[in-house]
Amino acid sequence: MKSSYWKSNLIIVTSLLFVWFIVSYGFGIIWSDELDNLKIGGFKLGFWFSQQGSIYFFVIIIFTYVYLLNKLDKKYFNSSEKSEIKEKD
Amino acid sequence: MELQTLTYLFVGISFALYIGIAIWSRARSTNDFYIAGKGVSPIANGMATAADWMSAASFISMAGLIAFLGKDGSVYLMGWTGGYVLLALLLAPYLRKFGQYTVPDFIGTRYYSKAARLVAIICLIFISFTYVAGQMRGVGIVFSRFLEVDINTGVIIGMLIVFFYAVLGGMKGITYTQVAQYCVLIFAYLVPAIFISLLITNNPIPQLGFGDKIAGSSVYLLDKLDQLSLELGFNAYTENTKSNIDVFFITAALMFGTAGLPHVIVRFFTVPKVSDARKSAGYALVFIALLYTTAPAVAAFAKINFIDSVQKVEYQSAPNWFKNWESIGLIAWKDKNDDGIINYSSGNALEGVKPIYTDQLGKHGQRVVENEPNQSNKNEVYIDNDIMVLANPEIAQLPNWVIALVAAGALAAALSTAAGLLLVISASISHDLMKKMLMPKITEKQELIFARCAAAVAIFIAGLFGIYPPGFVAQVVAFAFGLAASTIFPALFLGIFYKRLNKEGAIAGMITGLLTTSSYIIYFKFLNPSFNNSEFWIFGISPEGIGFLGMIMNFIVALIVSNFYSRPPSEIYQMIDEIRKP
Repeated sequence: MKSSYWKSNLIIVTSLLFVWFIVSYGFGIIWSDELDNLKIGGFKLGFWFSQQGSIYFFVIIIFTYVYLLNKLDKKYFNSSEKSEIKEKD
Repeated sequence: MELQTLTYLFVGISFALYIGIAIWSRARSTNDFYIAGKGVSPIANGMATAADWMSAASFISMAGLIAFLGKDGSVYLMGWTGGYVLLALLLAPYLRKFGQYTVPDFIGTRYYSKAARLVAIICLIFISFTYVAGQMRGVGIVFSRFLEVDINTGVIIGMLIVFFYAVLGGMKGITYTQVAQYCVLIFAYLVPAIFISLLITNNPIPQLGFGDKIAGSSVYLLDKLDQLSLELGFNAYTENTKSNIDVFFITAALMFGTAGLPHVIVRFFTVPKVSDARKSAGYALVFIALLYTTAPAVAAFAKINFIDSVQKVEYQSAPNWFKNWESIGLIAWKDKNDDGIINYSSGNALEGVKPIYTDQLGKHGQRVVENEPNQSNKNEVYIDNDIMVLANPEIAQLPNWVIALVAAGALAAALSTAAGLLLVISASISHDLMKKMLMPKITEKQELIFARCAAAVAIFIAGLFGIYPPGFVAQVVAFAFGLAASTIFPALFLGIFYKRLNKEGAIAGMITGLLTTSSYIIYFKFLNPSFNNSEFWIFGISPEGIGFLGMIMNFIVALIVSNFYSRPPSEIYQMIDEIRKP
């Protein structure tokens, strides 16, 4: 049970770090000049990602991680406590 | 009210608040002193982390740097925020579960080795002192400009305040003071930004404002800025000048360096539960992002305002702030074509870059500098990037209370970071060096006395840095991040995610990272600064980005060496299993 907890954790972490890489190193640096051809309002898109967008995504990534891991913790570690409570009922 | 009276008032009230909090929350045990008794709520810890993290450099220098660098400045924005993703996902929850006091504690225990602990202590002290030196310069600038006291007096006042609440309150006092300091600094940063955004674009949200049209015209602010920059001979504001590989490496070195900074990591030791450590990293980034997404807007506004109010203006009718900062020594004007009109364009105005002032005044009333004019360009203005944020409210002609608020905010940013760093230094000396290595028999009470003495000595040394600032502060900041990325981050990360890593591998890795990074930086920054350009750099990586390469070397060496020696003892496997559970 514990090793599958760790495996699920690793999958979550790897996929979130993939998003982290794409929004900063990808959109903000590697493909930034290409994205600059698109404009949202006064922002060139690549410029926006490197000075604004990547930071917003970082915040979203951490809170997604918090949400997913809390769910995972409950599934693997709180279930025994819950069943104890049920037994008492 | 007059600016100086208002500034005294704001700074006085905020200082009184910090001292009050310190008395209310003073530390009674080593547990309180090092990790605030593990009783800090995730939101409060998030604010404290944000204040701890956002230093004088973030508050005072960053926007000015971005204004000067344009899109190249993005490395600081992404680099100094993206590290929190790494912290939250890879380090903070596990280190909190480990549940000890310091970063060397984890490295020493995980690699069952005093040598590993010692390497960690050395890196930590070096990183932290580098950082403290920068804070003290910030305190000095604010005091000398806004309170018109001597820089040295300013530094001493700052040191006394930090001494009071760090030595008395320890981590607990520092945490709650930092919460207050965060509120002061973010308010002080946002208020002028919102005012200026309204003035220039009619948009109250700076993050959107700098992508908006200039009020009363149909031109986008950033387009106008690109056009002005090109006219004055700069590169377009929204385009890179650095190579992609260099930008990539600098960003990575700053991100992994952030995740390896001891004074940031230790903040996550103070929350009650593992899940709180994750949440707390998220809150910290929200609070940090509030300033970091405003900074590029402030940079764009400041640049356009600066050009507007100075370019082609007669010196005698130049705005007051120009002369005020000139008298502090952060602006200089050399009338190259002798027409009495300020001409601002690209290139260094002066030979030797930094102005050397004489006692004389020129025929227009300007301070005369000894430097020969740099005749390769027409620029006549020397401007220190640091004044952009501090002078911005004056440049935009905002009311005096806003200017006073910015002074109080800058002090909050500098003092909160200094206090956090001093605590990490004192903990590593009293706990890691004395208790765990040299004098294991001391009681908790004695350890607490050592901790307080170490904090006092560290504050004294930091004060000396402020009064006699070493000329190399700016150069060594790259050092701090490079070292954190190439030594501490890999040791922590592999320690949690790779059980097979033994002490031989970890120590070899850390030493490799330390040597690669420091020799590269020392070579280009100190021994041969004239070679410091992309022609001579390895793979086109500047010294600022070398920490990332050092980190990769650390990983490779650690994994290879580890395979030649026996597995870590079984207790270590159990310990890692234990910290992997929430």
